Amino acid sequence: MSNSSQNDSPSPNTTRLTGSEIVWATLVGEGVSDVFGYPGGAILPVYDAMRKFPIRHILVRHEQGATHMADGYARASGRVGVALATSGPGATNMVTGLATAMMDSVPIVCITGQVSSKVLGSDAFQEVDITGITLPITKHNYLVTRAEDIAPALREAFLVARSGRPGPVLVDITKDAQQAYAEFNFDAAAPKAYRPHPMRGANADSITDAAKLIREAKRPVILAGHGIIQSEAYEQVRTLAERMKIPVASTLLGLGCFPASHALSLGMMGMHGEAWVNEAIQKADLLIACGMRFDDRVTGTLATYAPNAKKIHIEIDPAEINKNVKVDVALIGDLKQVLEILLPHLSTRTSSPWLREINESKGECAVRDIKNLPDNGHLYAAHVINDLWNATDGKAIVVTDVGQHQMWEAQYYKHDQPRTLITSGGLGTMGFALPAAIGAKIACPEKEVWVIAGDGGFQMTAPELSTIAQENLDLNIAIINNGFLGMVRQWQEFIYDKNYASSPILSPDFVKLADAHGIAGATVSTRSEVESAVKSARASRAPFLINFLVEKEDSVYPMVAAGAALHEMIRRPDNPMIETAEDA
Amino acid sequence: MLHTFVALVEDKPGVLTRVSSLFRRLNVNIVSLTVGRSERPGVSRMTIVAHSSTSAGHRIMASLYKLENVLEVDDMDQVANVSRELALIKVGATPKTRSHIFELVEVFRARIVDLAPESLMIEITGVESKIEGLIQVLIESGDPILEVSRTGRMVMRRGHHTSRVLEAMRVAAEPEGETKNTAVFDLVEEESNFQK
Repeated sequence: MSNSSQNDSPSPNTTRLTGSEIVWATLVGEGVSDVFGYPGGAILPVYDAMRKFPIRHILVRHEQGATHMADGYARASGRVGVALATSGPGATNMVTGLATAMMDSVPIVCITGQVSSKVLGSDAFQEVDITGITLPITKHNYLVTRAEDIAPALREAFLVARSGRPGPVLVDITKDAQQAYAEFNFDAAAPKAYRPHPMRGANADSITDAAKLIREAKRPVILAGHGIIQSEAYEQVRTLAERMKIPVASTLLGLGCFPASHALSLGMMGMHGEAWVNEAIQKADLLIACGMRFDDRVTGTLATYAPNAKKIHIEIDPAEINKNVKVDVALIGDLKQVLEILLPHLSTRTSSPWLREINESKGECAVRDIKNLPDNGHLYAAHVINDLWNATDGKAIVVTDVGQHQMWEAQYYKHDQPRTLITSGGLGTMGFALPAAIGAKIACPEKEVWVIAGDGGFQMTAPELSTIAQENLDLNIAIINNGFLGMVRQWQEFIYDKNYASSPILSPDFVKLADAHGIAGATVSTRSEVESAVKSARASRAPFLINFLVEKEDSVYPMVAAGAALHEMIRRPDNPMIETAEDA
Repeated sequence: MLHTFVALVEDKPGVLTRVSSLFRRLNVNIVSLTVGRSERPGVSRMTIVAHSSTSAGHRIMASLYKLENVLEVDDMDQVANVSRELALIKVGATPKTRSHIFELVEVFRARIVDLAPESLMIEITGVESKIEGLIQVLIESGDPILEVSRTGRMVMRRGHHTSRVLEAMRVAAEPEGETKNTAVFDLVEEESNFQK
């Protein structure tokens, strides 16, 4: 970003604009149509210029909401989400959303106003060192102090956000840079030399070694992660699975990348994965990890993880190789590309006794147990989510919060399509669901969007109901209300001898709260009411909130306790529902 | 063990923070970090010596390369290289006690660069063990060491493929404990599939 542009004679595409106008013109040039933001002193010049440009601005109620909306927008559509805030508190409120996007590799660009460059570092009003604060939770960030640097910084920010392993980028722009004039030329501001991702010395034998391992494996499992969605490698993964008859286990963020209804789909692995999924991984002789990072919630204790399996790791980020699990073959690169190189080395496998073995172990099935339970007057979260899945034909975009309901959603809502489950996996951010769903609905207005949140997490970002009302968004909200911070309570039950310290939580009447925002709603406390309530929500062309009063002390099963081996699962007690109901 | 990395980085504000912050995050102590201009305009060269486990080398290097301002990284641990450090050592010495220090300086092929009535300053260049050797001998002969300033290690590969990390990495021996079987595939386009 040099002075050279001033010396060049302006090309026909060059216009003289204020820094603020350059911000919007660059966003428009990058294909941005929606921005989530909140105005304030240091970003007011940008807001002053906003209405000259064809961009929809969604006024949020808290800047954390803006970042989650940009995040939900990106996850639902694959496009870069954009959030805008002022300096100081506006910028610090974005921290949680940036960290959420960082952990889940979601491409968002956050633009913050900053005090004038002349007073930087002087503790001016609403000054905060946001590039310093966000350094470890952004893929990269920029402090821009001159109008002529805005377009190159923003364009590079978009490229950094979406290339390689995607991630959040923050661009902090001083107020004087927003107010000054500069020549603007979108094309000339394109990043010149940029390396999209790291490389290591290539070994041509690796592909053939990987193919050999796959051909010779008797008990292979594909571990399907978020990278499949980000690389859009659905077809390639499906071809690999079908051609070689390999079952597919998914991470939480990978759900939807491989159809849940497919015969080779095992479902979610890890801490709350079904027993047969984790058992298959533990018994496997080959794991093919596709765009996943062996998170501790997926592996259980590493000492006993998949002890007999060779491991192939296909991953775009070399820093993930051998980070948690030592692998035998590492294929570094874009997943789709790597699989396209690998697939020609594999010819069709005809039979697999391994699949039969896994299918037989499915007999012991917690999901089926719950579905078959009679309607005994009590309402269980599993019923709610199962019925919601049925009613929506499994086709809605479901945005979940964090906790028990999140795991139940992952277990009982079967996702056949990618980008239909949006959830905070790595950071586990409570309060994520409501704003992220707003982002998803803005990105995909034609899709049916459901929020599933707990009574605790919902209250963290509930003011965004007002955003929904102001934007008149047709999205539906299901609150799984058990009067507890449910997952905290479950851990207290299992590990802390039922010492329920600060896990019971009082909530407002959520239907009245919705009503105060002009949003219709209903409270449901028995299973027979679930279907009709969901029906009313779907029929209305407006937002609708359902407050599901569910069994208070139900737990998510099975569970691998933190630090336990993946196959040592806490199983659902016999007749759990009936016992719980009688206790109540 | 001690790991030595050479990183070519953009010469911009905040880049040093990004690099050092990465080591802080990994809870790895930096033993020395030397920064200066490189042969390329706008590009600084860092030599970083850090103390961490044997297997951490690959991950530190990959994490360094993830930083947007880092252009190239090289792991110098198992390659033929030249390693140097420069130190300035101020020693208390009067005209009566100087002469044996002159002898030591001669033996260590160092230089006296400043002489005052009550002290002198020694400049020494070499590998760390040579510098530590001189300091040790000075202490043992009872000369009071008043100040020591050391640059930290600077390292350069032998041969003429100096900073071309990709070339270099093809001939580099794989560090122990690493996955030998690694292949890399370039993206066809600059951008990923994320935005179509």
